[in-house]
Amino acid sequence: MDSPVTLITGTRKGIGKFLAQHYVERGHFVIGCSRSEADWQLAHYQHYVADVSDESAVKNVFSEIRKKFDRLDHLINNAGVASMNHSLLTPLRSVRQVLETNVVGTFLFCREAAKLMQQRRYGRIVNLVTVATPLKLEGEAIYAASKAAVNTLTQVLARELAEMGITVNALGPTPTDTDLIRAVSRDKLERLIRRQPIQRYASFEDIANVTDFYLDRKSEFITGQTLFLGGIS
Amino acid sequence: MKEKLCKLIIDVAGDLNENLDPPIRLDGGEDAPLYGPDGRLSSLGLVSLIIAVEQAIEEQFGVAITLADERSFSLSQSPFRNVGALADYANTLLIEHQG
Repeated sequence: MDSPVTLITGTRKGIGKFLAQHYVERGHFVIGCSRSEADWQLAHYQHYVADVSDESAVKNVFSEIRKKFDRLDHLINNAGVASMNHSLLTPLRSVRQVLETNVVGTFLFCREAAKLMQQRRYGRIVNLVTVATPLKLEGEAIYAASKAAVNTLTQVLARELAEMGITVNALGPTPTDTDLIRAVSRDKLERLIRRQPIQRYASFEDIANVTDFYLDRKSEFITGQTLFLGGIS
Repeated sequence: MKEKLCKLIIDVAGDLNENLDPPIRLDGGEDAPLYGPDGRLSSLGLVSLIIAVEQAIEEQFGVAITLADERSFSLSQSPFRNVGALADYANTLLIEHQG
């Protein structure tokens, strides 16, 4: 099978669903996962139900990929949860859930993906982060901190996996119209967007434009980078 | 079981040797050194070997074990020092998994 194999986490809805459909359209075989069943189907797309922070569930997904394809070209770590609260009002349960999904989940998928990718000495990993980290957004302490951890993970993994022909990069979207920001007030979002050099919401196409660049075979000399949309740095 | 695991490790290491410089000397069989003072594997070579052995064990025995964990790195005698030691360690993990 010559189609590239692309694994994307958090594909039930939002950015993940868009990216899954985008890469199927581009001729990839896409594997997606989420904590519950997806309510959509597509040829050349296979969905698994898995909590990204559950090691045995994640290993099962990779066992299936190994049996079916014996290769993995691309991983996009998109699954993420946010906790938008003042830190003094953030329950420990929320803290743990955000860290488990965003940090532990990203780590597990990177680790297992790299094991498969290194067999062919080729791979592309893209981790989704957030502008909440460089903007130090109030009310998003744990979310921003968890994605800061993913930034650092990206940079260290880029070094560790370089010898295996695997690049690891990150992409930080500005607010995008997804469930993740539904709980944030319109007023707060408008204020946030006014801090961007380019003042608009990100579109799914803006995100795919960057993932296309990172996944490109020609991007073999690009690793350990974090690119924020909208002009944020 | 140990014989089976030794053969599995030697087969896996033989495949890896195509991309290793210097290659692992496998003529010593069970005593063939892997990683450490007597071994010729680099740390990256060890990572590749561990991953390949884990995958081969999963394919042959249907069990996903983790060879590189806190215990394997804290043992007084490294399970990665030679083929026999790695086979013993993998066997211990397989027995624990069945138990």
